[in-house]
Amino acid sequence: MNTSTDIQNEIIENFSLFEDDMESRLLYLMDLGKKLPPMNEALKTEDNMVKGCQSKVWLNARFENGKVFFEADSNTEITKGLISLLVSVWNGQSPDEILNTELFFIDKIGMSRMIGSQRSNGFASMIKQMKIYAIAFKAN
Amino acid sequence: MNVESIRKQFPILHQEVNGKHLIYFDNAATTQKPLVVINAIKQYYETDNANIHRGIHTLAERATAAFEATRYAVQKFINAKEHAEIIFTKGTTDGINLVAQSFSKAFIKAGDEIIISGMEHHSNIVPWQMVCEEKGAILKVIPVTDEGELDIVAYDKLLSSKTKLVACVYVSNSLGTINPIKQIIEQAHIVGAKVLVDGAQAASHLDIDVQELDADFFVFSAHKVYGPTGVGVLYGKRDLLDAMPPYQCGGEMIKEVTFEKTTYNELPYKFEAGTPNIADVIAFKYAIDFVNEIGKEEIRDYENELLNYFVVGANCIRPMVEKGLTLNGEFNSPIRLYGTAKEKVAVQSFVINGMHHFDAGMMLDAKGIAVRTGHHCTQPLMKRFGIEGTIRASFAIYNTKQEIDVFVEAINRLVN
Repeated sequence: MNTSTDIQNEIIENFSLFEDDMESRLLYLMDLGKKLPPMNEALKTEDNMVKGCQSKVWLNARFENGKVFFEADSNTEITKGLISLLVSVWNGQSPDEILNTELFFIDKIGMSRMIGSQRSNGFASMIKQMKIYAIAFKAN
Repeated sequence: MNVESIRKQFPILHQEVNGKHLIYFDNAATTQKPLVVINAIKQYYETDNANIHRGIHTLAERATAAFEATRYAVQKFINAKEHAEIIFTKGTTDGINLVAQSFSKAFIKAGDEIIISGMEHHSNIVPWQMVCEEKGAILKVIPVTDEGELDIVAYDKLLSSKTKLVACVYVSNSLGTINPIKQIIEQAHIVGAKVLVDGAQAASHLDIDVQELDADFFVFSAHKVYGPTGVGVLYGKRDLLDAMPPYQCGGEMIKEVTFEKTTYNELPYKFEAGTPNIADVIAFKYAIDFVNEIGKEEIRDYENELLNYFVVGANCIRPMVEKGLTLNGEFNSPIRLYGTAKEKVAVQSFVINGMHHFDAGMMLDAKGIAVRTGHHCTQPLMKRFGIEGTIRASFAIYNTKQEIDVFVEAINRLVN
């Protein structure tokens, strides 16, 4: 299993290929979203919705053998791409790893310029929700 | 009309966004400002800044004269009977709230009815819901047809002697539909109801004559007519404004204050408590002059040409053959237009099949194209059409057919 630092470095490297071409970056992000494993429809409940997102985002997590596994989906493809980045960094990590990771890739790939301030708030909500799961699993 | 020379007056248009030439098609949200408006704000602060109406020194006189000059310009712009009927507000929303609060205090009681339409902006829904809740009045809604027009027959049936006020949008911000507002007003007047016209989207496109329309109230915002943000206009007939209590209290709106009793100033000052947005009101006159110089008819003709050009272009977008062909050889258009009324301004809402409007908006922005996506503050209207939101392109006097070509090509690439 790669560490979340390795995975973040990989994300940075992949995005660096597009330099300043915003359109290609978004298309890439949408492609990443498409690769996100489908979420069980039954889990797309009001309770699992991430508050503070403009588009609909569902997030669920389960705890197996000391590791956290996320399932997520969104009704918009760019948002789905954003979640897929977070899921790829944190899926299969321990709660401690999730709580202690600094998400340095966000600044490095110029996320704020790519998604704008309104989506940035939603993105922050997703991160918070994922950490809340980690805290809850750690407490158990 | 020379579009190139008009474009030169808008410095903001000459920039790159995401490495592409900016194409600004979000004019229904706010229009850009010509140099004369920008310079007027700068000059006011450089040479004339003073508080208005009270000072007797030279700067105060200059600032007051310029401020009041805008009032006369607005009076002429919408053909009000007298300048005292022009109240400066923060914007359309502020004007509606003023009327909702003040008119209802004087004229609405339990059991009365207020009619709005199904295509109102939230700003012309929520204030009336609050009034109804407070007063025990009843809110009725004029239905919208599939084409995005108001069902006038249904409207006629809603009207009765219980109707005290009709609050209706002149031009829909989401669909671009021009409502038959004169007829709506006439019908309301037959039952003795007053009419507030939300003219936010109408003011920059249509000739406005409040006397000819016989509107009781007419509200709009400066920033959608090439003027500054933070300035709006409430026109009201004098007899109504005189009969209505002040909305907010403070300086300017008083005649005499004692601790026992305060008497109120006359119109328009009765409704202009506190120091207003002086610089922007002054600059607004330059926006009105800019529009008058080109002429509303010229503006509308040109913008309609842009709208038709876009609609033809959008309708020609074809999906890749294998995706879109039906059995009889016709193709399923990947673009669905919302708002196909006969009478429209240059606003077009649409959705791209299979693509969320947020994604489309982001992708267009990546190409330097600014459009609005979402529900456009008209959630009930979106619900009426069974959609969450649309992509909305809205054109203005400085837009060009070349820009629309780029836009249509961009949509085409999103579709295929």
